[in-house]
Amino acid sequence: MNYQNHPVVGVRCANLVKRYGDVVAVDGLSFHVDRGECFGLLGPNGAGKTTTIEILEGLLEPDAGEVEILGLTWRAHERELRQRIGVQLQETQLADKLTVEETLRLFRSFYHRGRTIDELLRIVELESKRRSWVAKLSGGQKQRLAVACALAGDPDLLFMDEPTTGLDPQSRRQLWALLSHFREQGGTILLTTHYMDEAETLCDRVAIVDHGRVITEGTPRGLIASLGAPRVVTHQGTLEDVFVALTGRHLREE
Amino acid sequence: MKNDQPIDRGGASHPLVELALARLKEFAREPEAVFWAFIFPIIMSVTMAVAFPGSGTKPAVVGVEPGAGAAAVRAALAQAPGITVRDVPPGDEARALREGEVHLLVVPTEPPAYRFDPARDESRVARLLVDEALKKAAGRRDPWSAREEPLQVAGSRYVDWLIPGIVGLTIMGTSMWGIGFSIVQSRMRKLLKRLVASPMRRSEYLLAQVGGRMVLLAPEAGVPLLFGVFVLGMPIRGSLLSLSVVCLVGALAFGSLGLLLASRARTFEAISGLMNFAMVPMWILSGVFFSSSNFPAAMQPAIQALPLTALNNALRSIVLEGSPLRSVAGELAVLAAWGIGGFALALRIFRWR
Repeated sequence: MNYQNHPVVGVRCANLVKRYGDVVAVDGLSFHVDRGECFGLLGPNGAGKTTTIEILEGLLEPDAGEVEILGLTWRAHERELRQRIGVQLQETQLADKLTVEETLRLFRSFYHRGRTIDELLRIVELESKRRSWVAKLSGGQKQRLAVACALAGDPDLLFMDEPTTGLDPQSRRQLWALLSHFREQGGTILLTTHYMDEAETLCDRVAIVDHGRVITEGTPRGLIASLGAPRVVTHQGTLEDVFVALTGRHLREE
Repeated sequence: MKNDQPIDRGGASHPLVELALARLKEFAREPEAVFWAFIFPIIMSVTMAVAFPGSGTKPAVVGVEPGAGAAAVRAALAQAPGITVRDVPPGDEARALREGEVHLLVVPTEPPAYRFDPARDESRVARLLVDEALKKAAGRRDPWSAREEPLQVAGSRYVDWLIPGIVGLTIMGTSMWGIGFSIVQSRMRKLLKRLVASPMRRSEYLLAQVGGRMVLLAPEAGVPLLFGVFVLGMPIRGSLLSLSVVCLVGALAFGSLGLLLASRARTFEAISGLMNFAMVPMWILSGVFFSSSNFPAAMQPAIQALPLTALNNALRSIVLEGSPLRSVAGELAVLAAWGIGGFALALRIFRWR
């Protein structure tokens, strides 16, 4: 099948492998995300989610495998892809001593088209914090600013690596609303999370990853149903039941 | 993405401008960084002003051991110019001499004896002055007295030679530390990684780091220069434009070297070590406090190729000799080579993660 500039392909990766010395972080991983879909990579800590998403973001070179983003490849179309995707990384700390507005101006200047600063501030509800230093923002506000930076170029595809880790429930819901809105506008999202409720709320399809491989893939509802009747008798089945059933252990070392 | 459409940055300026502005704002909002960038050259200059007060000379400080002739020796020394007699508690003379509280001790025997360390210049001077004073007091007749022509011309004193070196040192230090630390900080905060995940051009980021600092160059180089001119009376014989060009080229060269040193470092400890490793030899070799011609001829080609040597030589040539820009073309070429080479290498090996 010819995927070149195919309107349907959001993300496609096949047989991805990434090794760090003797450790195999990603071990023959494959999945695809359609345009307009919200796709979740689920997995315990150390499953290879971040390595995978960073390969897809063009920040890491895989040792083997194929990657196609919006029908294009990093090797041939890096400049165009950078203009068309939005990225939020797990550990980024934006500059403390710039204001919200200055941070957005900086990121917006890199894109050849996209939203205005005012629009971005409105979308992430940070208009009142426009002149505050990043250092003075709460965790949820910082994360919304990170999302605004990712949205600066009005991307077709958004990569979010654990977007709500460490946030309070209100902030999480605010961020979910933001991502849902982006998807309703026709955007494609690939996110990683280890919160099952997040995946159930946001994702059309999920892949559960462990030890660098996809264990199972499907819609949240379908995966819950596949667990079978006995569990559903006692309480409403959740994706968390699927997750624990498949990845086994409750406790994991980081 | 269609390339024929005009670029719309949503009200933001060119990335180079935004990156440089961001860098400057971050610096200006860091009170400690501002304090040290401007106070350091002032402290240096004030120290120099105290150490080299215009034309005055330091007197020889002399102690007299107790004894029968002590009073006569004291009286004779008190008359003599350039000698200060300091009272040293009995029994403490050896320590005072060792620690430099007195430059020389007179033992008032007949004839007297001098105790001093011949390895110290001020002690040798004190010996000559004391010897002259005591012999005159004892009735020596001089065959003649030489006419003295003390050097008072501004621009030929040590302090005049020193100030351009301090300017060079300041440009090197502030350019390299300023760039190196902010880059390592951005790397530690994973901000660099976030930036390269955007369409930002890597070369523009590095250019903006060096370029953004140029705004700070005027006060940083200006403070020691103004201090030299207005407090110490140093003349600036060359044109201010030539002087500015040399400062600018120097700052660009050291900014690039700062980038290069910071291109791989992941911690403040690592960058501090690298910075000191690069800069301390130049403090000594590049003719800041004493002329680099003191080093053996075999070392000269290497010393002359150092960027701080080139900067100091060019600054002195313009400030003290009034040379035109073209006569320091060689030095500017050395600086440009370091700047361009350093930048190109930094861009190649830079660690963005």
